[in-house]
Amino acid sequence: MRAHRAINLWLGAALVLPMIAIAAISLIWTPYDVTLLDVGNKFAPPSPSHWLGTDQLGRDVASLLMSASVNSLTVAFVAVGMGGSLGVMLGLLASAFGGWVETLVMRLADLGFAFPALLFAIMLATAFGPSLSNAILAIAFINIPVFARVARGAANQVWTRDFVLAGQAAGLGRARLTFDHILPNIAAPIIVQATIEFAVAILAEAALSYLGLGAQPPLPSWGRMLSEAQTLMYLAPELAIYPGLCIIIAVLGFGLLGDGLRDVTDPRLKQVRA
Amino acid sequence: MIEANDITVRFGTAEALRGINLTLSPGQRLGIVGESGSGKSMLGLSLMGMLPDAAGMSGQIRIDGTDMTGAKIASWRAIRARKVAMIFQEPLAALNPLRRVGNTVMEPLRQHLGHSKDAARARVLQLFEETGIQDPVAKFRQFPHELSGGQRQRVLISLALACNPKVLIADEPTTALDAHVALRITDLLVRLAEERGMALVFISHDLAAVARTAQDIAVMYGGEIVERGPVHAVLSSPHHPYTQGLLLARPALGAGHLRERLPVIPGTVPAMRDLAVGCRFSGRCAVELPHCATERPASRPVGAHHDAACHRIGAAT
Amino acid sequence: MSALLDIRGVTRRYPQPRRHLLHPEPPLVAVNDVSARIAPGETLGIVGESGSGKTTLARMVMGFETPDEGQVLFDGEDLHDLSAAALRQRRRAFQMIFQDPYGSLDPRRSVGWSVAQPLRAIGQTSNRRAVEDVLHRVGLDPADGNRFPHEFSGGQRQRIAIARAIASRPKLIVADEAVSALDVSVRAQILNLLMDLQEEFGLAMLFISHDLSVVASLCDSLLVLRGGRTVEHGPAQDILAAPATEYTATLLAAARLDPPTGVPA
Repeated sequence: MRAHRAINLWLGAALVLPMIAIAAISLIWTPYDVTLLDVGNKFAPPSPSHWLGTDQLGRDVASLLMSASVNSLTVAFVAVGMGGSLGVMLGLLASAFGGWVETLVMRLADLGFAFPALLFAIMLATAFGPSLSNAILAIAFINIPVFARVARGAANQVWTRDFVLAGQAAGLGRARLTFDHILPNIAAPIIVQATIEFAVAILAEAALSYLGLGAQPPLPSWGRMLSEAQTLMYLAPELAIYPGLCIIIAVLGFGLLGDGLRDVTDPRLKQVRA
Repeated sequence: MIEANDITVRFGTAEALRGINLTLSPGQRLGIVGESGSGKSMLGLSLMGMLPDAAGMSGQIRIDGTDMTGAKIASWRAIRARKVAMIFQEPLAALNPLRRVGNTVMEPLRQHLGHSKDAARARVLQLFEETGIQDPVAKFRQFPHELSGGQRQRVLISLALACNPKVLIADEPTTALDAHVALRITDLLVRLAEERGMALVFISHDLAAVARTAQDIAVMYGGEIVERGPVHAVLSSPHHPYTQGLLLARPALGAGHLRERLPVIPGTVPAMRDLAVGCRFSGRCAVELPHCATERPASRPVGAHHDAACHRIGAAT
Repeated sequence: MSALLDIRGVTRRYPQPRRHLLHPEPPLVAVNDVSARIAPGETLGIVGESGSGKTTLARMVMGFETPDEGQVLFDGEDLHDLSAAALRQRRRAFQMIFQDPYGSLDPRRSVGWSVAQPLRAIGQTSNRRAVEDVLHRVGLDPADGNRFPHEFSGGQRQRIAIARAIASRPKLIVADEAVSALDVSVRAQILNLLMDLQEEFGLAMLFISHDLSVVASLCDSLLVLRGGRTVEHGPAQDILAAPATEYTATLLAAARLDPPTGVPA
């Protein structure tokens, strides 16, 4: 029973951890410099010198994919981190004060949900020019309402617990209670949500970069590699397949990891096990 | 009606129940009292063949003449509802919230007894009447959340009685209820057992509720029945030190006892795997003998139909 | 003796969701014009079934909820007239013990942390000694402060909750069904502990229970509630000896350990 539920966790970790390791390695070493063009050796098939061959400009595909993974992970990390912290703060605020504060925050969150991230990214790109940091802002923005909702829901439950009442009886105010009791007790669902949103953010970054709203040349990105490969689909389909596979693995990996974490931290399931 | 012999339930090496013997004749009402961890709920489940998968059971069980020793799930399913039925502490959790309670009670009648829809409906109304549900026709169409706690428990009792079981097992049926409602439910159970000649196993941590409902009482501790006998006998002259302690630890209701310290049983109920090999109560017992922790005391008669399992009994005191 | 706690005609109503478009639902009156007094060191028992308003009353005494009418005076001050900051300051003098020993301690905080919470709230930050003392006082090992709630049994957790409640040396303790979730043998231990502490610290207590036998063992006076109204109010021994209403008599019958009558054994 337990092993069955943990399988998502292990599968997710098995996909995600090597990816993080590869990204880390690429920071200090890649087989080739990703900016190195070797037009004489374009569309080279996989070989011992170029594991996955070269692209239309003769760049080493393996090196590109490795470097691109750093961008994807960084974008996801920063965007989820920023949007998540802001969202959690808003959610905690709504839960601590209730009343019109809660109504206001939650209606704003609804508004945020209704607002397409793509539109926001296009707006940012029009105003400030397309860049990776604008993609990060756009992805962070869509994460705020998600986390605000999760945090508020979880926090509202914790507020009803007797130990919070005991803290109140001890003479603590809402801010202290929030930091002492609420935040530690909603950490588990927040972490789970963050992992799942991580997968969404990787996908979003790829989509934005594919549309030219994210990573700009020469910064390698899975999404941009995909869009460049699109025109060469008949000539060299593998150039689209590799980054596509990377995106699938990353999204699937973080998604499974998030589901797995949820399964093992859900107290309701824990009770069944006990 | 129900006969259990030397029932032992193990989880790995830990014994949740050890050597339980039970016999109930038709119409007899047995109360089982014990604190949490005494194994009383486990005993109820083992009589229903509903032990968790991880549990290993040995011993013989006969229910209404059918030998259920080592029976498979299918044969248990065949006698559940028809020969032995159970009601639980929290009636709200035991009822499907999305079904009208009448339909819920109709289901076993249609399924097990093959009643037609009209016949089943008539029978449900009859059952509602029998269990003291006011205005049965209106209640038939209501959902569980629309009923009060006492009414829900009556619905659950109707459901349990639908197939005329020979034995009813009630696990803490009054614990979640208010005092005056609880009183009526125990009265109802007594009446039903008498009218139907149905054996009743009434499991509760509440001595007062058990005393009101049962004729005989079995006191459980650490997975064993440590004392058993007619309610009057056990309450007025308890022989096992645990029973004595349990009775003394109850605050007295009379005048002049204000702020009187209660005699306590020291310590807490040990975890299943920390129980002594000998007498389960050793370690907390005030009158312990040297061999109590290692030798299991046999159940000895201490009065008419009254036994207790303690090394002190019969020994020089 | 002047009263430590003086509950004066408190009423609390809860608005009900509208069931009909045109007629607003009348509010639920959870507590209806209830008065009671507790002198220092004295215990008032509040008895009633679910829906009797006993928990709402406790919450008003603790200042968690504000009465719609009436006053709650603690040491002569109307709690609900104080500013939020002033109320927080007074809180050290009245503490609460909850019913569920599993829900009243933060699972993510050590026992010592929880017990020290009321002390930190009044600015006492170097409180190691005080926490150890109070843990010892309730019958726990002072070293237990470093452990976490899940390592303790229900009875031990209730001892921890009591340690937290007495840590700030309060004058009044509100115990809401504080022993109801405990087994009989453990319940007796906790009741004895409460009696000892009460004498040692001169604690007044508001003891809420549905079980008359428990209330009878430690209460000077009794307040029987039903549907938010006072059914009986007076010295505990008088009410127990001769309940004036059938309602109280039923509660008494439920608590009494009598074999069934008229049934041959």
